[in-house]
Amino acid sequence: MSPEIKGLLVVSALKLVIVFTITLVGVALLTLMERKVSAWMQYRHGPNRVGFAGLLQPAADGLKNIIKEETFPAEANRVLFMLAPTIAFMPALILGSVIHWAAPLPVKFDFSLPILGRFHYDALMPMAVADLPVGFLFVLAVSSMGVFGIALAGWSSNSKYSLLGGLRASAQMISYEVAMGLALVPVLMLSGNVALGDIIKAQQQGLWYILPLFIAFFVFLLSGFAETNRLPFDMPEAESELIAGYHTEYSAMKFSMFFIAEYANMVTVAAMVTTLFFGGWDIPFTHWDETPGVAQSLVTGLVMFLKVFWWLFFFMWIRWTLPRFRYDQLMALGWKVLMPIALAYIMVVGVAIYLIENVAGVTSPRVMMGVLCLLNLGLGYLVFIVLDRGALIGGPRSRKPAGHDLPRAA
Amino acid sequence: MAIGVKIMKRPERDVSYVRATLKGMALTFKKMFEPKVTMQYPEEKSAPEAERGAWTLSPRWRGTHRMLTDEQGRSKCVACGLCPQICPANCIKLVPGEDEDGNRYPLIYEIDEFRCVFCGYCQEVCPEEAIHVGVHYENAEYSRDRFVYDLERLSAQTHPVSSLWDPTDPKGE
Repeated sequence: MSPEIKGLLVVSALKLVIVFTITLVGVALLTLMERKVSAWMQYRHGPNRVGFAGLLQPAADGLKNIIKEETFPAEANRVLFMLAPTIAFMPALILGSVIHWAAPLPVKFDFSLPILGRFHYDALMPMAVADLPVGFLFVLAVSSMGVFGIALAGWSSNSKYSLLGGLRASAQMISYEVAMGLALVPVLMLSGNVALGDIIKAQQQGLWYILPLFIAFFVFLLSGFAETNRLPFDMPEAESELIAGYHTEYSAMKFSMFFIAEYANMVTVAAMVTTLFFGGWDIPFTHWDETPGVAQSLVTGLVMFLKVFWWLFFFMWIRWTLPRFRYDQLMALGWKVLMPIALAYIMVVGVAIYLIENVAGVTSPRVMMGVLCLLNLGLGYLVFIVLDRGALIGGPRSRKPAGHDLPRAA
Repeated sequence: MAIGVKIMKRPERDVSYVRATLKGMALTFKKMFEPKVTMQYPEEKSAPEAERGAWTLSPRWRGTHRMLTDEQGRSKCVACGLCPQICPANCIKLVPGEDEDGNRYPLIYEIDEFRCVFCGYCQEVCPEEAIHVGVHYENAEYSRDRFVYDLERLSAQTHPVSSLWDPTDPKGE
């Protein structure tokens, strides 16, 4: 092996360890945060007994989950039953590796070890474990793997509730994947690249994509909720109708792994929303963060953390505000509203970009995005005011609500 | 329809879901910063009524029993046998005894708090105002046999006794 490859391996391994550790610890703290936020929104204190202000609660939960009894349903398919949590768990962790967590850091080292030989690295190190050229396509591909874990968990438990939960999960995740993928096409058209690093760069030169691509952001966010199976789209779990859906039969650490997977997925979706629509680690109104350096990497890392944290809080906020959807409403929203909106939006944005670039001859990305931003104001009015009056969630317009013309009971 | 089914007329066509969602979110966000109503139980057991979420036990609360004693520290019970007689749960065990002056006293007086239904009849029927149900709720023990309270234990209780409902003063004034 050449010294360069060995250097790359060392750097990657270090990044891997750091990112996975932070993800797992972060997920543990997220469970606490979820409980705290839910408590505060309901006039409660939340867990505050273990450690200072309940900070050790995740540790206590983890310890409990490890020493709890592992149960197996009598007729379960043992192998798949054991495998399913792992399959759900892996994609959630893998996805953390393509996110750019901070501004690239110039790294230079050259040392030798007795047996392993010389290590050499001298480049602008992207602050992602793997700076893949396929960018968000990889995210879409891997995040859809998570559905295997859930569907297998539901099927192998050999329980009605689990099976229904697994079925719902697969249907829901596949449906919303469509809208999610379509919502990312405008991002691709505007940035001209799928690599996440280049998308961030394009946003630094122009505007954050939330402004010129607001509808795409909205569709992506909604699909993100559905993809992570969070309320108001937590059909697969739906404890009031399916007990706990696909993880009804799971106990101890296997249950915990589904739990970790859900929260790791949340982190990924939050990071993706931040990267694609909120400039990633970009600090607005300054060009200071564009020159590489150690301080820049640290500060942009903090900014990225704050943005992701905000979206995680947003997820919880929504969860403790909205009730669960009905299943047919969920499907109608995905297929009849979000997908047509995303498709139409691709058309509109495509035509607009063509007109602005080729007919009006605008070259400055900032001006182009500004024009698109104005366009979005009009489209936003259409979607949120006109369509919103009952058509967004209420189902097809022609259908009367069941029993509408029946006589009322006295 | 044969059975009366109440059909709610829900707003269908003229409702803005986005606005409703934003309104709900504003509400939950506001609630996050309002005072908490949870009582931190073991540390804080009751608080002045004025404070939000505080509560106190009713003076007519019927909890675990207490035997009152006279000035010499002897129990007031004269072993008349009325309380085991009236007890609907049959949880009072009373063996009467008599001293050389002819005074009756309980040799054994045991209440099985597991059988007790806390009706308060024993207190109501007692002519000597000896046995009472108490305003008390912290009864945890490590074993089941600790829940049979003997005379010594009943007399050692210090919690306030229940003021039962009085038909001549129904509002307790």
